[in-house]
Amino acid sequence: MSNIGSYDERVNNFNWDIAEKELDFKPGNMINIGWYCSDRICRMGKSGKTALIWEGSAGNEKRYTYDDLRLNSNTIGHFLRSLGIMPGERVCLFMDKIPELYIGFLGILKMGAIAQPLFSAFGDESLFVRLDNAQTTAIITQKKHAPKVRKIMDKMPYLKHMIIVDADPGKPLPEREVAFDMERAEKIDRFELHPTYAETASVLHYTSGTTGQPKGVKHVHYSLISQYLTAKWVLDLQESDIYWCTADPGWVTGTSYGIMGAFSNGVTQCVLDAGFSADNWYRFIEKHKVSMWYSAPTAIRSLMKAGDEVIKKYDLSTLRHLASVGEPLNSEAVIWSEKVFGKPFLDTYWQTETGSIMITNFPGMKIKPGSMGKPFPGITATVIDAETFEPFAEPGKIGLIAIRPGWPSMMRTYWNNETTYQNKFRNGWYLPGDRSSIDKEGYFWFVGRDDDVINTGGHLVSPFEVESALLEHPAVAESAVVAKPDFVNMEVVKAFVTLKPGFTGSKDLDLDIMNFVRKKLSPLAMPQEIEFIDNLPKTRSGKIMRRILHAKEWGEEIGDTSTLEND
Amino acid sequence: MDEMQEIIKNYVIKEYVEDDTELTYDTPLISGGIVDSFSMVSLKRFLENKYSISIPDDRATPEAFDSVNKICALVREFVK
Repeated sequence: MSNIGSYDERVNNFNWDIAEKELDFKPGNMINIGWYCSDRICRMGKSGKTALIWEGSAGNEKRYTYDDLRLNSNTIGHFLRSLGIMPGERVCLFMDKIPELYIGFLGILKMGAIAQPLFSAFGDESLFVRLDNAQTTAIITQKKHAPKVRKIMDKMPYLKHMIIVDADPGKPLPEREVAFDMERAEKIDRFELHPTYAETASVLHYTSGTTGQPKGVKHVHYSLISQYLTAKWVLDLQESDIYWCTADPGWVTGTSYGIMGAFSNGVTQCVLDAGFSADNWYRFIEKHKVSMWYSAPTAIRSLMKAGDEVIKKYDLSTLRHLASVGEPLNSEAVIWSEKVFGKPFLDTYWQTETGSIMITNFPGMKIKPGSMGKPFPGITATVIDAETFEPFAEPGKIGLIAIRPGWPSMMRTYWNNETTYQNKFRNGWYLPGDRSSIDKEGYFWFVGRDDDVINTGGHLVSPFEVESALLEHPAVAESAVVAKPDFVNMEVVKAFVTLKPGFTGSKDLDLDIMNFVRKKLSPLAMPQEIEFIDNLPKTRSGKIMRRILHAKEWGEEIGDTSTLEND
Repeated sequence: MDEMQEIIKNYVIKEYVEDDTELTYDTPLISGGIVDSFSMVSLKRFLENKYSISIPDDRATPEAFDSVNKICALVREFVK
């Protein structure tokens, strides 16, 4: 029996106080995510239960009970406090998927600071704009990533501390740098939590838009109500589960469901801190007897590409429930997973700003492969006309996905960018920026983004950010960046580039530009293809017409070109 | 040790290793997290430019790119 039981009954009788009661939370009381994910589970008599099984790329393994989670997060919280870091200040987590990332997240929240996780593959420019926007006080990182921080340290006087979790013992560190060894630190058994309440800021995740710099999405401690219940009803986390969320906590899935949803439900979860290979992933499932697997369409399609033979080498019979997030899951992938694993991957739809699953396929529900499913109970979602912002009266029409605000994990603002935040609302609806339709049975069907943002492997990349980076390359005069279709990643970054006088397009220049962007921004943002052209299509007022280049890549009609500049 | 091994190893160190991690010809690159799946595209492009070859996408797998030695074996298949 699944946790949700009957979807229709849940919808008809829903109230968020279901989660509040289960978590013993009363409005007006303190709520601290760090405490709920560790101390509370211990108080429920599960202090000895395994919370985290971590495996590194060399196959080395570490295990942590819920009591270890409690003690180590207390210890990190205490250490941060001893450095003079104040509640409300931003503490960045810039690490691979190591235990200190997961436990450090809880420690930051316990002492009242705001956790700012950033993807460890970010280059120095991507890192700088996000730290600068948040005016981050401290960054917790590994020695392998420290050089990227050092490179920009002088530009960040507000960054008081770089905390290195694996510094070489005895080796002196430069000014503003400090070592912290979680395993060897004296454990703090009793830690005074900072009194955080429902609307106290908890997490700052960065996401990309079409224009401007990345936006810091501010969440609050009350978001746990959504993350706890959606993890329980959609991911169907149960007491005996071994749960594997493949997402990196540098992105929202890795925190909402790789930390908060998982630990608040008291589940055992495992983490693989290694690069992708089909063999290694199946071996990991077999070794740890994974029963609930939450992954991404890019990974699923990569597994499809690796073929079915490799699956036969492993016993994957412990898998009980599969779900997917990041971008629409194509029907072929759903059908394939049913064939090879005996159960379909259930697609879940949400985004950084929503903080938790909004529209999804539920355990026990009739699955229509390729569909996003139906709204989570308590979520009012529909499709509206892009001109009138009114919901369509009849099914099948394509429009903007619209969600009625008010769920617990809704973002509270964009950091230092309230205007952009307000622009996300129209006619009383929150607009995630995606288009879809709804069929007669109420299932949502994803169509695409409503802007130029590129969704590559489930991560949003701003064309503006890539274009800005390209312009810093000495050979590039102008650039336009669009999405290009890709089987594995759904979309990848493609750049159209005009060159400055004296430069000629060549294979070596192409590679040089690719590496330039990769190091400056991130591997995700690196153009997978660069096309050197003489002129970019522009309007008469000089604005680059990205949509013409996009249409060319996707084989679509170019549409109205009346404003196109004549050569 | 041969020239191709050294060239590829030095390129990987120069482009993908951020600290003083030591690299051998058998160090896992993809499964070891040194080169991610997106960056594989630029590594593939380097090999194609350097050795004037074309590696089909279905041969550019994480397994085939997982160490300097494996990459060398793959490249040699296409070098005329």
